[in-house]
Amino acid sequence: MYVYDEHDRQIAAERVTQFRDQTERALAGELSEEEFLPLRLQNGLYVQRLAPMLRICVPYGMLRSDQLRRLARITRDYDKGYAHFTTRQNVQLNWPALEDVPDILSELAEVEMHANQTSGNCIRNTTTDQFSGVQVDEVVDPRPYCEIIRQWSTFHPEFAFLPRKFKVAVNASENTDRAAIQVHDIGLQMVRNDQGELGYRVHVGGGLGRTPMVGPVIREFLPELDLLTYLEAVLRVYNRYGRRDNKFKARIKILVKALTPEGFAEKVESEWAHIKDSPTRLTREAIERIQGYFTEPAYEAMDNASERLASQRFENRRFDQWLSHNVDSHKKPGYAIVTLTMKKTGTPPGDVSDTQLEQIAELAEAFSFGEVRVTHQQNVVLADVRQDQLFELWQQIEPMGFATANLNTLTDVICCPGGDYCALANAKSIPVAESIQRRFDDMDFLYDLGDIDLNISGCMNACGHHHVGNIGVLGVDKKGAEFYQVSLGGSSHHDATIGKILGPSFAQDDMPEVIAKIIDVYVNNRKDEEPFLETYRRIGIEPFKERVYA
Amino acid sequence: MRDIISRDGTISADTWVVVPRPADGDALSIPDQPALIPADLWLAGKEHFEGRDGIGVWFDSHDEPEILDGLVNELKLIAVNFPKFSDGRGYSIARLLRERFGYQNELRAIGDVLLDQLQFMKRCGFDSYALREDKDATKAARSLSFFSQGYQAATDTDMPLFRRRAS
Repeated sequence: MYVYDEHDRQIAAERVTQFRDQTERALAGELSEEEFLPLRLQNGLYVQRLAPMLRICVPYGMLRSDQLRRLARITRDYDKGYAHFTTRQNVQLNWPALEDVPDILSELAEVEMHANQTSGNCIRNTTTDQFSGVQVDEVVDPRPYCEIIRQWSTFHPEFAFLPRKFKVAVNASENTDRAAIQVHDIGLQMVRNDQGELGYRVHVGGGLGRTPMVGPVIREFLPELDLLTYLEAVLRVYNRYGRRDNKFKARIKILVKALTPEGFAEKVESEWAHIKDSPTRLTREAIERIQGYFTEPAYEAMDNASERLASQRFENRRFDQWLSHNVDSHKKPGYAIVTLTMKKTGTPPGDVSDTQLEQIAELAEAFSFGEVRVTHQQNVVLADVRQDQLFELWQQIEPMGFATANLNTLTDVICCPGGDYCALANAKSIPVAESIQRRFDDMDFLYDLGDIDLNISGCMNACGHHHVGNIGVLGVDKKGAEFYQVSLGGSSHHDATIGKILGPSFAQDDMPEVIAKIIDVYVNNRKDEEPFLETYRRIGIEPFKERVYA
Repeated sequence: MRDIISRDGTISADTWVVVPRPADGDALSIPDQPALIPADLWLAGKEHFEGRDGIGVWFDSHDEPEILDGLVNELKLIAVNFPKFSDGRGYSIARLLRERFGYQNELRAIGDVLLDQLQFMKRCGFDSYALREDKDATKAARSLSFFSQGYQAATDTDMPLFRRRAS
């Protein structure tokens, strides 16, 4: 994974000094609340319902053991001993004191971490597939490109005051899209053209929120070295022409729609023509230098441990279930990808205690070369586990609560912090997730249902990605009471689709039963092994409506 | 009178007057001192201003600097207005004036100019800043110098860090 050199370290240290100065001026009254707002947001600092919330950047989800330990220490020393993994592969603290934030940043900088641009109207953390570099079907490891984008976007002087926030995601798998790139402001799909050259298919103008949209392709093939100049052209067009008169119409998707994707692409192309050969154009050496940080760890030459695993599975049914659901195949023989689930019923999805952070750090060192990845489904991945150590790992993580074998099932809920923590929320989301998890506690039934994405957001800002859940739940405010609107048929994968609203919203207490009825309709209508989404696409929304509103 | 901050943080007094855009039908009235007038009006009456010292132009954040392509160096001072500090269009305008149209003379940020924008303005090619009057100009030098380097190429350098690392 990427390691800072003296330049990165210097910039990180200078940033801490700058934010300390900004915080002091804010506390001294030299900056108005309005003036301090974008400064603190660009440093991930929100003022929330109960306390400030600090969003710490985890670039494209990668964390080392020493960083996890430092996070654990920070949650103990400056917070209440727990943190929250977000749906953008970042980490949030819910209770830091404003005056402590510069010290927290300074502690983070010591382990090459920061909170830069985790909020505000700027270019945010670039996200990618949590299985990057270890999966079989990827065109190339996308992480070096994410790091290149991270460096380019960090304190970019032209794009610090965009009309609205701006999110980039990169995917390099040919068959799956775990990064949901088509619902990002820019989604980059890494591809090879007919000549075998590497490049990107560029989607612009996807997004969730108030006006959910799947991002259209504005360039089928962008050559590899042209990444940054093209991004600069897109951002410049957006910075100049994106709407600034209405916060709800300020995302780039609105501009793309207004100009039409063709019209927008033309504007970008003509801007790009001026700068495509500028010094910002990447060089082969620059890419190779960054790629040098993402080389393979010291894998041992091994065969798959198939027989050993087969007998372990035979002897232990829970291990068998865990292996089927939470373990994925690895590109190297003898290795496996393990997802530690942070979705134990009764714990808010994505929440981890300081002790758990330290446990994860130890597990990473013992089983996976000292690195983990945070997923946008709010879980944690050990990407390089030896197959002959899987049983031992499982035995260790069961009592820790990381082995709930519900990955990708109905109870592997994506859920924002909601009204319990967030000042923007219209409704609570965590209790809804929990009540649904409690209603569906029969693991065999969950496995029988197969993969279902259930996504819950407490408001229109859609941090829980409800629009692209196979089942989406949105908290709404109805005359001061919390209600929940349900949508069906969303997908964040290659077949990205915005879900359709089922009908009038429901009270919180009714939600488990509503979900149960939806599942019922699926079970009664599915053919063979058909997943939920396919059944829905085949039979449409009507049968679900009839049953739920009967 | 506003303080004008230069790239190195030194402070001087503003001798220029920003002439607002006249209401429809009204004529432009130019005071008898160095004046910045709306760029499109300068262009429309260009012959009229020829040979006259102390005339510069200003762009608002929604204006298109493209109208001065090929003419920028006829001006000694161009200003770009930030109607609100959170309006970032002026940074793109500045880079276009410098890097695309080759403007060589003084480029000034006016309007809602606060201390924490100065570092970005400097990198985008502004070399003077009309700091908002309620802000402490003596702190500008510090605000301009928090960072000793950046990752990107911009107006101030055509060497992004990835090229400097290679050399």
